[in-house]
Amino acid sequence: MKKILCLAIALLMMVMALASCTGAKNDGKKLVIGATGPLTGDNASYGISVKKGAEIAVKEINAAGGINGITFELMFEDDVCDPTNAVNAYNTLMDKGMQVSLGAVTSGACVALTEEARKDGILMITPSGSQKECTQYDNCFRICFTDPDQGTYAADFISDNNVGKKVAIIYDKSNDYSNGIYTNFVTEAGKKNLEIVTSQSYTNQSNTDFSVQLQAVKESGADLLFLPIYYADAGLILTQAAQKELNVIFFGVDGMDGIIKQMGEDKAALTEGVMLLTPFAADSSDPKVVSFVKVFKETYNNETPDQFAADGYDAIYAIAEALKYTGITDTTVADLNEKMVGAMTNITLEGVTGKMTWSADGEASKSATAVVINNSKYVAYSK
Amino acid sequence: MKFLQKMSKDMKDRLITFGILFGAFLIVEILILTGGASRHLQAMLIPICINMLLAVSLNLTVGFLGELTLGHAGFMSVGAYAGCLFSIYCKDLLPVFIRYPLAMLIGGAVAAVFGILIGIPVLRLKGDYLAIVTLAFGEIIRSVIINLDFLGGAAGLKGTPQDATFISSFAVVVISVLLILNFLNSKSGRAIKSIRDNRIASESCGVQITYYKMLAFVFSAFFAGIAGVIYGHNLNILTADTFDYNKSIEILLIVVLGGMGSIRGSVIAAVIITALPEALRGLDKYRMVIYAVLLIAIMIFNSSEFGKRIREKYDPKKLFAKKNAVKKENADE
Repeated sequence: MKKILCLAIALLMMVMALASCTGAKNDGKKLVIGATGPLTGDNASYGISVKKGAEIAVKEINAAGGINGITFELMFEDDVCDPTNAVNAYNTLMDKGMQVSLGAVTSGACVALTEEARKDGILMITPSGSQKECTQYDNCFRICFTDPDQGTYAADFISDNNVGKKVAIIYDKSNDYSNGIYTNFVTEAGKKNLEIVTSQSYTNQSNTDFSVQLQAVKESGADLLFLPIYYADAGLILTQAAQKELNVIFFGVDGMDGIIKQMGEDKAALTEGVMLLTPFAADSSDPKVVSFVKVFKETYNNETPDQFAADGYDAIYAIAEALKYTGITDTTVADLNEKMVGAMTNITLEGVTGKMTWSADGEASKSATAVVINNSKYVAYSK
Repeated sequence: MKFLQKMSKDMKDRLITFGILFGAFLIVEILILTGGASRHLQAMLIPICINMLLAVSLNLTVGFLGELTLGHAGFMSVGAYAGCLFSIYCKDLLPVFIRYPLAMLIGGAVAAVFGILIGIPVLRLKGDYLAIVTLAFGEIIRSVIINLDFLGGAAGLKGTPQDATFISSFAVVVISVLLILNFLNSKSGRAIKSIRDNRIASESCGVQITYYKMLAFVFSAFFAGIAGVIYGHNLNILTADTFDYNKSIEILLIVVLGGMGSIRGSVIAAVIITALPEALRGLDKYRMVIYAVLLIAIMIFNSSEFGKRIREKYDPKKLFAKKNAVKKENADE
């Protein structure tokens, strides 16, 4: 009998240990913001960047005495870029008393969270979940561009400014971000009479040697190479293109941000003249951006913030704007969720990634700026 | 209590397995009903059931057939996509209680068909070769899914109705464990175990090696497919990258931790492996490091002499033995 008892107690204790992590008391003067993102694993750099950016915003807001007397508390959980993990992390955060969610940093995980956020009705603003479905419910909003938008903007920009006539594309078939931009770029290019001379793809299993794709680009006679991919792969492409003496204009999107750091000083010459379309440029002269970059560098060991950090920073300020609009002074009110969600479509945010307003479908409307790399610095594009 | 004595060893084993399953189920249900279960715990219940199914089914090939396969996540993904596609198209046509079980059967069946297709060339190989080839097949399945647009491609399949509940998932686990245990105790199951123990001897006894190998492989794929369907109906997004070889290795990890050829072990280890990284959330960025260290520690403990002694001491089978001994004494008096 003793043994059965022992076994039962051990089992009960295990369950209790898991069940015990219940939420802390909130006195109403605190807004608990929860976020999940990859802090470990392959995509950790995105999660860590967003976390750093968001932490700076929270620190600034709290130092200024909070919004309506309410201070922010940010909790960040690791989701290893996996939907199941993200849902677990989300529920941990709910146990800890989360009132507003930053969703997830990556798209797949974020889509899984929309379902949970819909059930809870809480406001969810994802900094960087770019897939369309990340904002599929009324209480879900986003800071970054959707993948489709970026493709369309890029095609418009290239054709309107006459950057190139014959476009070649290299994209990552196994990456939804890259695929999404590619598909919409091709559609828009058709409307704008841009000639796409070749489309080359690769997968995350074959992203070290691009000689086949680059050879095809060279033979196609393209004058512009569109790269809707992340900077790590783009760096390799730039290096290998130089070896092939490929003479084209390289045009990237926001994933290309970070290329200067990636190439380092010894290959800096290769990045000269590379163009990219991005809502955030760390070298911008906008006072908001200058101050953000300065604080970021001071806080994090002279590191330059990338676009993910800027998205995280803006997401916190979007929540702050929404809270200011509602005029709520006690976060324990029953209709906090409805009021916060309702406020989102009425606010305007002057953030580091541009001036944003939100429509009811959750999309931020903001303009993308194109920059050219000149002497390892972003310079606004001019003809 | 006489029937306890008369019960066969297998029967006792089974009673213990189901006792543990239902005991845990009852505790969790009571916690949920009394509001004692955190949302974190509740969110983990279905993933635990999924991992139980995966581990128990992989144990069929690894533990009982004795062949190392590393492509289990491939079967899971095939089942998941088949079941989810069915559910998406029948969302408005059929009510949940018909659609969901049907989706499971379809997912399982499609995975089983893939089991046959892959089994034919693969099961000619043995040992390391088989492991590598199944690993490759798992990766092929993943790459093909990424390139098929009607399966959502790299962006993932969305819009699956969220039909999975803890109770239904638990019911599937119980039924599956029952089926697998019965299968293992049947003529076929004994044939499969004989192949593991001595292939030449069993062949000389007239056991058709290829047939029984295939049977175990397909059975195992079928349940992996069902686990995939539950996975797909638990989240509203299904991405092929979830089912990479890391997933296969995670399932193998559960089987090894629980002990090859022990269904009960797989069930318990599934709970540990799913809950452990979640229970360590408080450790923040050291979480994955500590998780890995703990895994190493558990594995060493499990295979050490000390661990064996502890397990023998607290073997649940002894509960029966003790009772029987007491009964005997009483009878003697």
